[in-house]
Parts: sequence; C-alpha cells; structure tokens
Amino acid sequence: MSPHTDSESFVLLRLAERRFAVAAGDIAELVAPSRIFRFPHHTKEIEGVILRRGRIVPVCDVAARLIGKSLLSRRFYLIAQRRYTNGTEWIALPVTGDCELIFAEMIPASEADLPHVLGWLSHDGDVIEVLNLNALTPGPSPAILPAPAQALHAQEALS
Amino acid sequence: MRLPAPAKSQPVRTEQIILFRVSEQLFAISSASVKEVRSVDTLASATKEIAQAGLRKVRHIVQRGEHSLYVVNGAMHFGLPPFAPALVFVLRRTRTALLVDGIEKMTTMTRLQALPQAFCNDERDWYRGVTAIDQTVIPVVKPEGFLTPDELFLLDSSLQAKDSATSDFPVSDSAGAPRSVFEGGGLDSTLTTNFPSDPPSRESISASSADSEPGAAPFGFKGADFPSPDPANPASLPQ
Repeated sequence: MSPHTDSESFVLLRLAERRFAVAAGDIAELVAPSRIFRFPHHTKEIEGVILRRGRIVPVCDVAARLIGKSLLSRRFYLIAQRRYTNGTEWIALPVTGDCELIFAEMIPASEADLPHVLGWLSHDGDVIEVLNLNALTPGPSPAILPAPAQALHAQEALS
Repeated sequence: MRLPAPAKSQPVRTEQIILFRVSEQLFAISSASVKEVRSVDTLASATKEIAQAGLRKVRHIVQRGEHSLYVVNGAMHFGLPPFAPALVFVLRRTRTALLVDGIEKMTTMTRLQALPQAFCNDERDWYRGVTAIDQTVIPVVKPEGFLTPDELFLLDSSLQAKDSATSDFPVSDSAGAPRSVFEGGGLDSTLTTNFPSDPPSRESISASSADSEPGAAPFGFKGADFPSPDPANPASLPQ
C-alpha cells in the first residue's frame, strides 16, 4: 500500500524567505533562467516572455503580490500550467531557491482566505499556502485581488 | 516487392514579414499589410496638421485622393520613449499611416503563436501574436489595432467639427520647409531617411524596382504587392 494514499503531491517553491505550494499536477518543469524578451504591453504583472521548447511562455513575477516585493534575484523559473476557460497555457514563475516535491494533505481554503489561496498544508512544522494560479496570475477575466499590502496584513494575521 | 509511396509532406506555410523598429523596440508586420513605405519627407507635402485631435498619437492626416489617412506615431501608440521617425508605413485596408524608426529587414515567419492569454489588456488589440525569429521573440502587430473604432470616430468627429468651423485648415507648407511635418508630439525629426543596416534581399529589390518612383521608399516598396496569407486571418498560418 502506498504511504501517500490520502495525500496529494505538491511542489514547494521559495520566494525569498517564504515557501508556497502549487499542486504538482499543475507544474510542467523547473528551468534555469533564460533571456526574457520584452515588448510593450499593459499587463503589469507580466515581465516579458521566454522561449521554452518552441513555446513562448509569459513570465509572471508573483512575489510582489505574495511577499510584497519583487524578486531581485531568481534561481529558476517554475513553469506551471495556467487554466483558462478555453484551455491551459504555460506560465513561468520566477523563484529564488530549489523546489521540492512533497506529499501532504491539503486543508481547503475558507471564505476568509484570499482568492489566490487554494488551501493550506503543514510541512516540516510550517503552515504553507497552496496557490491558486488562476487567481494569482493575470488572464482575460482577472480575479479581483487585494493590494499586496492588504495581502501581507492578512497573511500575517493568519500565521 | 513494392515499397509504399512516401507520404507527401505538408508544405510549410509561411508569411513574409517586415521587421521594423519603433524607439529601438523590434516589431513585425505582415508585408501584405503594408501598401507603401515612404520616408517622412516625401509624404510631407500631402499632410495636414490636426490641431485638436484629442488623440496625442495622431497629429497629422495624409490626403490620398478622396481618402484621408491618420498618421499614428508608433512610439506614442506603444508607450515607448520618443524617437525621430524616419519612415511611414501606409497600411493596407486601414486608415493608418504608421511612423516608425526604420526597417530592420524582411524575413519569413513559419509560425505565429497567439498572444499568451496572460496578456489581457490593450496589447490584445495591438498584436496578432508573437513569433520567434533567430531565437528572438518578436510581436507581430495587427494593422487595424493602431486606431480603434472609437479613436477613428473621435478623429473623424474632430475633423468634421473643424471643417464646419472654418475652411482655413492649417495645411503644412512643406515646400522648402526645413523640418518634417511628422515632428508632431514634440518629437524631433532628422529629415534623413534611416536606411536599415542590413541590405534588402535580392527578392525584395527585384519585386519592387519596377514600381519605384521619386519619393518612394528606400526599399522601393511603394505600391509593391507582397503575396502572402491574409493578415486579417491568423488561422491562415500554423498557430
């Protein structure tokens, strides 16, 4: 019998001193940073695009929303699948450290949680947010998210 | 024993594009969408200034027979730093003449990827998609995206109001004028044609030379027809 029968798999990612989790099924790969191509646009969350396996993948720095500041350095791009109403597309999330695959039970988010919080899990004594990429990253119908300062305040109150 | 006939491979559909720069930023446009390429100076005699257009990126119109084209400053449209435009693209099937820095080169794209859905603002109207040329990602502009229907309505209304108010339309006196009329928007004009660093391909020269005339574009693009898939139909390319 598998030891993970009641658990789900998640990828832990690091943004500065904090760790977050994304459902492992939403992750495509972890790649070294490559050249970002920039061109004019008005979607402020998107830095530019990278070329990966022949695909043009937008780079979205979620750190500003999650930890209140943009990343000064980045070690990898975590390439995740972002679901839209008419399919899924890759999106690259800059991270500052190694990522880790874990198995854990997720506690679903409550109504009091922020829209980008899919749930919570406990790992190594930490309580870690599981991210809802659909709410965290921009799309045709962007979710109304609170300002980073509000988000930080709410996260501190929960911890 | 007879070997089965080899399967016929699908021919790769391609589209000829022009790579051009606006304020150092590289863009692509289907060559089929470009009716003419002219230096700003050669078009100056046909321009009129719009004093109160209500749209900063449009300061001039060009009279082309019965039709008028709005001259769109590419840098202002994309929110890029000001630049000294050297060329004007007269865009086919639109009422837009686009001011650009210069042409980088002509090339062929074999794949147009739709703009990722993460881009969810004005840029969706600006670009048909993105393509990779020589491992560089380049946005492919949508010719009809430079002026929205609302902007065209605003410009048309502005012109009609002006025409009804006075018949003294401020026509630029370009004859002997030291500066181009395309310096609108506080931008400096160098009055020099900005030739691309790369020489045009032999094909582009031969395709255009028969139609060249004084005042035509450096590449002799004026009036040249570029056969390629319908730019208004992205489905004509492999997505």
